[in-house]
Amino acid sequence: MTLRYLLEKEFKQFFRNPFLPKLVLAFPVLIMLVIPWIMTMDIKNIGVTVVNHDSGGAAERLIRKIETSEYFILNGVEHDYEEALTALEYAKTDAIVEIPADFDRRLTTEGSAPVQVSINAVNDMKGALGANYLGALCNEFSRETLGGAVGQGGAAAAPKIEIVTQNRYNPYLDYKMFMIPALMVIVLLLLGGFLPALNIVGEKEKGTIEQINITPVSKFTFIFAKLIPYWVMGLLVLSVCMLLAWLVYGLAPQGNVGIIYLFSVLFILAVSGFGLIVSNYSDTMQQAMFVMFFFMLIFMLMSGLLTPLRSMPDWAQYMTVINPPRYYIEMMRMVYLKGGMLADLQTQLWALVAIDAVLGTWAVLSYRKRE
Amino acid sequence: MREEHVIEAEGLTKMFGTFTAVDHITFDVKKGEIFGFLGANGAGKTTAMRMLCGLSKPTAGRATVAGCDIVREPERVKRNIGYMSQKFSLYEDLQVWENIRLFGGIYGVAEREMAQKTDDMLRRLGIYGEKNTPVKRLPLGWKQKLAFSVAIFHEPKVVFLDEPTGGVDPRARRQFWEMIYEAADRGITVFVTTHYMDEAEYCDRVSIMVDGRIDALDSPGGLKRQFGVGSMDEVFYKLAREAKRGE
Repeated sequence: MTLRYLLEKEFKQFFRNPFLPKLVLAFPVLIMLVIPWIMTMDIKNIGVTVVNHDSGGAAERLIRKIETSEYFILNGVEHDYEEALTALEYAKTDAIVEIPADFDRRLTTEGSAPVQVSINAVNDMKGALGANYLGALCNEFSRETLGGAVGQGGAAAAPKIEIVTQNRYNPYLDYKMFMIPALMVIVLLLLGGFLPALNIVGEKEKGTIEQINITPVSKFTFIFAKLIPYWVMGLLVLSVCMLLAWLVYGLAPQGNVGIIYLFSVLFILAVSGFGLIVSNYSDTMQQAMFVMFFFMLIFMLMSGLLTPLRSMPDWAQYMTVINPPRYYIEMMRMVYLKGGMLADLQTQLWALVAIDAVLGTWAVLSYRKRE
Repeated sequence: MREEHVIEAEGLTKMFGTFTAVDHITFDVKKGEIFGFLGANGAGKTTAMRMLCGLSKPTAGRATVAGCDIVREPERVKRNIGYMSQKFSLYEDLQVWENIRLFGGIYGVAEREMAQKTDDMLRRLGIYGEKNTPVKRLPLGWKQKLAFSVAIFHEPKVVFLDEPTGGVDPRARRQFWEMIYEAADRGITVFVTTHYMDEAEYCDRVSIMVDGRIDALDSPGGLKRQFGVGSMDEVFYKLAREAKRGE
């Protein structure tokens, strides 16, 4: 069986490489230990400057509340709006809360009082979330302050409907829980894509591919022998990632681990197959590298990994239909966070099988033993 | 029955765009022969050889190697030939025995014979002590001898050698040619390109390519008589002078 000899060769070459085995081990460990802390969309430490025109106790209490919130940093209390605006313009603060002169009086007599919030929305996400948090803080404040008043018959200002949100699947809204499965996808995508892309073209540069092309080895066997090591490596790397997610972040899949491995086998075949295709068409490592960079970015940005697919324009959503990471990431989040079962993942499963069939065939056909 | 031909080429042509690298060459190589394939740099030797090995598809013409059509059944051709290129191409990061095992395995040498055959070969080459040495640490002369042995490990009908002795010292070249003779004695046909005219003298027959065509083909003695000169060197100069192509 020729495959066996080719596999021996691939594994020996991999382990004899002074750099690759270390990379394959260090890469997932670093990504899993470092990135979850950095890649967070929780907006914290929003700088707030208060412009206070009132000297009453209610205004003072509102300021204290802002100061003690974990989301805000109180950058100072001014008496002049213009000064605060200058600070905002120089990016020394992110938001201005202006408390009017009759704040305390209107609150006690009318049961409601306006507060103006101006926010720097250059980063629209930060702006929107900051405004949201400030709104929530003010609501809470009015509930606390007016709670007593309601008892005294001032019911007009009391909210009639209170919305209680229950966060399913990620109860503490921890962004890490959302990102960790996505990071595993990134690790597999990068390792499983780049290494094969550099492999065949590497043999072309060294000239050893000639010695293979001159033998009667079949294209299928050759490509298969190139793929299997990436399967093994990918599944090992995935296991390391899952172990770290559990040990460091206490995150274990809610669903069946077997589903994750089944999908991983399919996913690695897709990305490694793609890498081999790029390698087959490239003449130099440099060329293969740049082509891979180009596609990797598209794969990642169009997968729903970082931004939700549903917010993309229709044409972009149609394009994601052929993007393998899209299905893999959907599966990962579903199994990890929601405890999804195979029956819930039929679309993703068959989509990956179809993509594998196309890319696998293409990888074999694009390897040409004859010019 | 006429003499058995291992290689038969007829009007074999390769064009790259408008450039004709190999221009309608026709020749035969007999079984067991050492056939020298000469020509200046850029004359089209390597391209012609790559077509015969099934590595490159001819633009026109036909050829058979070991009875297999190189256009229609290149993979069958490959089962019957060995090949060693001027660009040394064993796996540098694999050890000596691992390279032998890899190519032996690909050509279907049985697992149980592998170890014995490997040891025999290494002893014959006198490099048994280097069995576990990575190929990249062997001196060039040894590498080339090893590459040649690997190319004929599966007893092919023809072995193609593309400038096999480039860059090695005269003693290693001489040893290499002894190996070529041994192979030819065992019935393996040798098809060899070279730039060394003393090596051309060792061949049974020699063809000289000029600008993609075969301008002369005969035994070294016959060529010298035909051109009325005393050495292959002078034959080569006479022909190469007419070349229009630059380097």
